[in-house]
Amino acid sequence: MKTIGIPRGLFFYYYYPLWRTFFEKLGVQVVVSAPTNRRIVDQGLLTAVNEACLPVKVYYGHVLDLCHRGVDYIFAPRLVSVEYRGYICPKFMGIPDMLRAQIPDLPPLIDIKVDLSRDERQLERDVFELGKLFGSDRYKVKAAWAAGQQELEEFRRIAAVGFPLNQAVTIWERAGEAPMASGDKTRLNPGGENIRTGGEASEATPRSSDLTIGVLGHGYSLCDAMVSMGLVRKLQELGARVVTAEMLKTDEVEAYASTLPKRMFWTLGKKNIGSALWMDEEPAVDGIIYLACFGCGPDSLVGEIIARRVVNTPFMMMIVDEHTGEAGVVTRLEAFYDMVARRKNAV
Amino acid sequence: MKVTFPHMGRAWIAIKSLFEGLNLEVVVPPPCSRRTLELGVRHSPEFACLPLKINVGNFIEGLKAGADTIVTAGGWGPCRFGYYAQVQRDILTDLGYQFDLIVLEAPDSRLSELANQVRALGVNISYAGMLRAIYRAWEKLKAVDELEESLRYCLPRVTRPAEAEKVLHEGLQAIEAAVTAREIRQALKMGRSRLEGLPYNREPVARIGLVGEIYTLLEPSSNCEIERKLGYLGAEVHRAVSMPQWINDHLLGGILRVDSSQEALECASPYLNDWVGGHGRETVGYSVKYGREGFDGVIQIGPLTCMPEIVAQAVLGQVSQKEGIPVMTMYFDEQTGEAGVMTRLEAFLDMVQRRKQFAAAR
Ligand code: SF4
Ligand code: SF4
Repeated sequence: MKTIGIPRGLFFYYYYPLWRTFFEKLGVQVVVSAPTNRRIVDQGLLTAVNEACLPVKVYYGHVLDLCHRGVDYIFAPRLVSVEYRGYICPKFMGIPDMLRAQIPDLPPLIDIKVDLSRDERQLERDVFELGKLFGSDRYKVKAAWAAGQQELEEFRRIAAVGFPLNQAVTIWERAGEAPMASGDKTRLNPGGENIRTGGEASEATPRSSDLTIGVLGHGYSLCDAMVSMGLVRKLQELGARVVTAEMLKTDEVEAYASTLPKRMFWTLGKKNIGSALWMDEEPAVDGIIYLACFGCGPDSLVGEIIARRVVNTPFMMMIVDEHTGEAGVVTRLEAFYDMVARRKNAV
Repeated sequence: MKVTFPHMGRAWIAIKSLFEGLNLEVVVPPPCSRRTLELGVRHSPEFACLPLKINVGNFIEGLKAGADTIVTAGGWGPCRFGYYAQVQRDILTDLGYQFDLIVLEAPDSRLSELANQVRALGVNISYAGMLRAIYRAWEKLKAVDELEESLRYCLPRVTRPAEAEKVLHEGLQAIEAAVTAREIRQALKMGRSRLEGLPYNREPVARIGLVGEIYTLLEPSSNCEIERKLGYLGAEVHRAVSMPQWINDHLLGGILRVDSSQEALECASPYLNDWVGGHGRETVGYSVKYGREGFDGVIQIGPLTCMPEIVAQAVLGQVSQKEGIPVMTMYFDEQTGEAGVMTRLEAFLDMVQRRKQFAAAR
């Protein structure tokens, strides 16, 4: 059986169930790179150009990880656009060429172009071409694609319940093996019971307040603990309930995003701005944190737009790169958390 | 209504002419200076790309000089440029400025859309009047571009480069003052023949292709005057992108007989096989083309964090290897220092020359 490697980075966290199901239905064995670890990060840093953003460097690391595993192909699509008139980022558009130029002895890349900015015809064509490569006829390809879409919807339902995308991926994968254990749900929002020990000044705000913090940013940064420095988990450990963009209703997010004077053409930017504006007006959300990667083009503007428009809720922009220290992140999170808690208690 | 607009190299000469032709009162922002940059940097998002910041500086200086309307361009992605104007409006409004902002959105395909936007801008202007204004601006744009090209040829050859620059400036003034197409051509001819008449005493030490992001290529204040520095160091510079070419390719669909980037784009494959926004593909294509034409080196420039240029940079290593041409990448932001730029240029030219001598000796 042929094997295809899927790097655990970038849009993996948004589309993995679709890709995996599709390839498996075509009779291809799917291999996923290891969860991001130090070695993957280091290899990515060594290989990618220094000016690239951390998620792209980490993606390189995942591709290298797959190379070492000796897969027959690597799936690295050219993602131009995943919705009508929307784009992701220029870097996504060049990724297959970047990999080919910089990684020697790369297995053949499956670099189909996904461009839904105008219509779906070209993607359809490419998907059929891809099927042919693995010896499948149109009928089989169609069925495989439909099955993939179905799994994608299932995955999105899981995320909407309140699981961050990385947890949703795990749950979805396990669901494929056994029915989902109901105990899984307790992994969400463990906050509330955390009792901190140590010599806190007496006037310090109690940590056990149940704050709700909106966490925004790109899924591939938030879900990757090596990139985000475990931001979501750390907030949960502080006792916060975490809300992400995936937990909000898509149409409401869209409606908020459409209040901008000009249509936002970045898919993730639109989602984040819409979510931020929604959260800003939602009394249950006590604070908003935006995680951005140093050097990210879209976020340099999206962050600014949000910062100027979020007026009711405390907002913090957190910028990370490969040099960011864990301790610094913790300090900033705690400071923000305390500030939000004080503000809430004052009201 | 007094309109102002952002600077991009010497495009202001044509833009001013266009707006005046549309019966608008024009406030040309002061030339980009340290102060422009400082103003822009102070008020713009820290991690925005440099052109956005310099533009903010231009707008503030233009408004302070009495303008009440800003005309700028937009687009629909995938890169940041398409959202510049929105962020800039927020910044200026929050600073308390009162102004109208008119964004000429690059049309997806139809030129008539843009023509209508331009006409709507004008005051009491007939269709014919608008066409005349466009024609004159176009002639000026071309003349400025051609005169600059002559300077790039002269600078590494003439005995006194400063004199050549003086001639260029006088030529530009004459182009700006010209009213009819004939006068514009005359001004160009005059400027050129004066440049050609200057005493020459040397041959260029190297032929260098300058590629990269369009604003950085065209606006000297955003690239530490790299073209000028290279010229003074004795390099003959060829710049991949020019305004007339950009307009021809992007707005007119390449119908005019001016330079087009089509051929270069074809050279980008197999290194970069698709469009990546901005000028990433042109950067790769021209680097390949310069390599095949026997240039001595390529320098890629762009603002720090420029996404399409980072994509291009990632494949340029391979281009350099396979096409046998040295390539150097330089990014610019508000912290880039003159001295550092100079050192890198000197080192690159040294390397390129040694490589040439080595090849000749074999
Ligand atoms: S959107 Fe930002 S973080 Fe994502 S690849 Fe592009 S520049 Fe990097
Ligand atoms: S091409 Fe570069 S400079 Fe232009 S908007 Fe994009 S990132 Fe900024």
